[in-house]
Amino acid sequence: MRLLLRLAVASAIGLVLYGIGLWLQGGVIEYVQRIVFLAGINVILAVALNLINGTTGQFSIGHAGFMAVGAYGAAFSGVKLQPVLQNWIGAGAVADGLTLNVGLLVGAVLAGLTGLLVGAPSLRLRGDYLAVVTLGFGEVIRISFNNAKFLGAATGFSGNSPAGLPALTTFFWVYAWAIAILILIRNLTFSQTGRSLAAIREDEIAAEAMATPTTRLKVLAFSLSAASAGIAGGLFAFMQPSIRPEDFRFDKSIDMVVMIIIGGLGSISGAVVGGIFVAVTLELMRDLQQYRLVLYALLLIVIMLVRPQGLLGSRELSQVLRLRFGRPKAEAAK
Amino acid sequence: MSTLLQQLLNGLSLGSIYALIALGYTMVYGILKLINFAHGEVFMIGAYAGYFGASALGVERYGAAGLPLYLAVLVLLFAMAVAALLGVSIELLAYRPVRSAPRLTPLITAIGVSLFLQNAAMLLFSPNPRPYPPILREVRFELGGVIVTNVKLTIFVVAIALMLGLNWFIQRTWTGKAMRAVSTNIDAARLMGVDTDRIIRATFAVGSALAAAGGILFGLDQIIINPLMGVLTGLKAFVAAVLGGIGNIRGAVLGGLLIGLAEQLTSGYLSPDYRDAVTFVILIFILILRPEGLLGVVRPEKV
Amino acid sequence: MHRRSLVSFILALGLAATASACKPKAGASSSGAADAAEIVIGHYASMTGNTAHFGQDTDKAARLAVEQLNAAGGVLGKKLKIVTLDTRGDGADAANAVTRLIDVEKATAILGEVASSLSLQGGPIAQRRKIPMVSPSSTNPKVTQVGDYIFRVCFIDPFQGKVMATFARQTLKLDRVAILKDVKNDYSIGLAEAFQKAFLAAGGTIAAEQSYSAGDTDFSAQLTAIKGSNAQAIWVPGYYAEVGAIARTAARLGVKIPLLGGDGWDAPELFTIGGEALNGSYFSNHFAPDQASPQAQKFVADFKAKYGQEPTGLGALGYDGIMVIADAIKRAGKVEPSAIRDALAVTKNYEAVTGNITMDRDRNPEKSVVVLKIDGGKAKYEALVKP
Repeated sequence: MRLLLRLAVASAIGLVLYGIGLWLQGGVIEYVQRIVFLAGINVILAVALNLINGTTGQFSIGHAGFMAVGAYGAAFSGVKLQPVLQNWIGAGAVADGLTLNVGLLVGAVLAGLTGLLVGAPSLRLRGDYLAVVTLGFGEVIRISFNNAKFLGAATGFSGNSPAGLPALTTFFWVYAWAIAILILIRNLTFSQTGRSLAAIREDEIAAEAMATPTTRLKVLAFSLSAASAGIAGGLFAFMQPSIRPEDFRFDKSIDMVVMIIIGGLGSISGAVVGGIFVAVTLELMRDLQQYRLVLYALLLIVIMLVRPQGLLGSRELSQVLRLRFGRPKAEAAK
Repeated sequence: MSTLLQQLLNGLSLGSIYALIALGYTMVYGILKLINFAHGEVFMIGAYAGYFGASALGVERYGAAGLPLYLAVLVLLFAMAVAALLGVSIELLAYRPVRSAPRLTPLITAIGVSLFLQNAAMLLFSPNPRPYPPILREVRFELGGVIVTNVKLTIFVVAIALMLGLNWFIQRTWTGKAMRAVSTNIDAARLMGVDTDRIIRATFAVGSALAAAGGILFGLDQIIINPLMGVLTGLKAFVAAVLGGIGNIRGAVLGGLLIGLAEQLTSGYLSPDYRDAVTFVILIFILILRPEGLLGVVRPEKV
Repeated sequence: MHRRSLVSFILALGLAATASACKPKAGASSSGAADAAEIVIGHYASMTGNTAHFGQDTDKAARLAVEQLNAAGGVLGKKLKIVTLDTRGDGADAANAVTRLIDVEKATAILGEVASSLSLQGGPIAQRRKIPMVSPSSTNPKVTQVGDYIFRVCFIDPFQGKVMATFARQTLKLDRVAILKDVKNDYSIGLAEAFQKAFLAAGGTIAAEQSYSAGDTDFSAQLTAIKGSNAQAIWVPGYYAEVGAIARTAARLGVKIPLLGGDGWDAPELFTIGGEALNGSYFSNHFAPDQASPQAQKFVADFKAKYGQEPTGLGALGYDGIMVIADAIKRAGKVEPSAIRDALAVTKNYEAVTGNITMDRDRNPEKSVVVLKIDGGKAKYEALVKP
């Protein structure tokens, strides 16, 4: 019975998303559409990074590398797959959707494996050292793509035609994936495993003393986070004419960090808010041209000085709302 | 053979510049356990300070002959002063308020300051690359097939002089001794009557001044400067500091030279495409195999 | 403390959001008042960054063209308005700029970009939205292959590379040339390939092949390797900032051979950065200020009168780009993107500042290449090579 209910809810959400997608395509200029897509992609990135930096308390500033792996993986496989699928079931939304999703999954798996490769040796390190080594890995990944001739090297990968990569990303898919990943990570965070991750954040040595398999958990969380970032990368790839290693520089990793800082480190709803905020303001700020990044940096500094816990701290929106407006309720110790 | 020697020479001179910058990173980390991401930008501002200082002194009038020595030294001191001031200001405004916060906060603040300085520089100095003024006259001579310019020699001389000066400062002066004390145990130092805030400021000042010297030397050697020059160079210098053992001054020098050599040799014998990657690969290896660095000391974590 | 910090935080965020929603006050993009009876031409160019001079010069010349056209009564009775967006030399910004020009500024035609890499980012968008795009100076052949809405008014790299290779072989009598290309740049890669092919076909040898990335400052490793390869010249098809530094570094390392290059050299900064190290080098370009047709001379005079500086070849192409678009609109008879496209496609014998423009089947014109020699800090006309 519960399953049926869940299915019904999922279909309803799906229909709503589809409807919004259609409306956007018809009624809103492409420029705004792009921002909406980017907001969704940011949400995925922010929630993915929050799992590591917020919930598990590890510090990664190289996540752009995983996004890149996902993007290239999805683009490469998608471009190869599309003509095959189109021959088989004919060109159209079905083939497009299949190409996109298979591509995304390929990208996610590759990104997850990369996360495993990066996490396994690195997660023994703490704090600053971990941050720096993730930075290093992020750069190494980017430079590898920069030198990969079969992927277009520095000038980027645009698939088979100079007209660019197929534009397969739609509102529906971006937000369907965003919601799916959101639910997945949320369930993980509030599960037994999630509590173990939080324990690692609070006091890793104590957690280990309590027989928590810290390294294994950290690496698993890292891979999941990387895979999610990979999905975001794939969605990003299919809305650009081409993807270039330039798109996945250290700056992008910092963008992700800013998203979760604004929302509040450790808060999933905060990550969502932060992701949307960064996409929207960064794009709107384009009008300010050269002042844009100065203000962005200043904002970051001011946030750290004035309110480092961001908007929601480590609490969830539901908890905050309940505290402010709800009936007095016994709340479990945070 | 001469090609190898040339590459080695170029590598060592580049490495000396990295060493100068790495010293700043390592000293600040030793004291505050903070990675001063903005240090690369201090290096960049130092280079620009040298540029504007030289222009103010009318370097164009001298043409290719370069400024007379005493003026060149003046430019150097000016840039070092500007950078020291900048470094101290950053500490006061951005790092001090968050000193007691969890480790993440100052790291992000540092990244924010770094981004801010990069983009402010692009606004103020225009993002276009500028040719560095000939503060020194360029003299070339050949030794057995290897071209040595006086710029390269100056880099060595200045770098070594500064490092020796720093060493003397740390070992022989009271402030230097206090710096060592603070870096060993900040609370104990405070208990012993050391004004830790003053020492921290002094550390930033010294580190920044060294970076500025590196900036001028970099400009003379690499011909063009631009507001983003500190990003990659700063990162590589940081890796150098980690390689040598962060918090360890001799380590910073060793690390800088090694990174410079590795970069140049990779570029020359493997491919220039990998020159940046090699630094990061070294970083990864050192952090995984020996996180305390080549000359560092393992500090067990007490629970 | 908590509440106060939350309020100030939200205030900070709100301020940032409001600031971003503000329109820029001064010195921004549009010239002329917003008007329905106007034809909007979008221009995307790198006004800042490593190749800022390209964008700025092109923009200045384009505005000169718009001014002159409007002074003569406009096109089809309407005034032209040019809106410029800065790509900062960045591909993602280029794509965004084109999207904005089409959606927000409602451009009916687009001028841009100078850099082939950026045209390749903006082109697919213009093609998809069916807005004609004319690149003033992207020379990589792939640019017009993006689709039938993409045109250019300059020669293409296979020709440019061949001209310089032939020049190197026949005029300079060179046998061994080393190549030093920018791997981050489609233009540089394409032009290097074109030169290599032609040079080898003419019987020469490539002494060494080295590369760098745009933004690099240290070329000593590559030049040291080239020095050891006994090359007689170096083909450096890059952009002016790096080329200048390369020339200086080469001189320092005692690499005394001439450098050869393409139109990416064309900017005054080449000389301020490269200085005397460039003497004796050659590069190909779109026109030579000291050997120009009467029409070109008038353009140079007008440009100097308005801006107080001499235009570069790229600037001239920016002027031509606008003029060609205006001419096409006139011939199309209506301000409608697809009609403009069709008119552009049949452009025949249009006498532009940089030569005669007739669009071929691939939407490229057949133009001559001018070879310039650098002597005493200036570029001087050396040869003209017709297609």
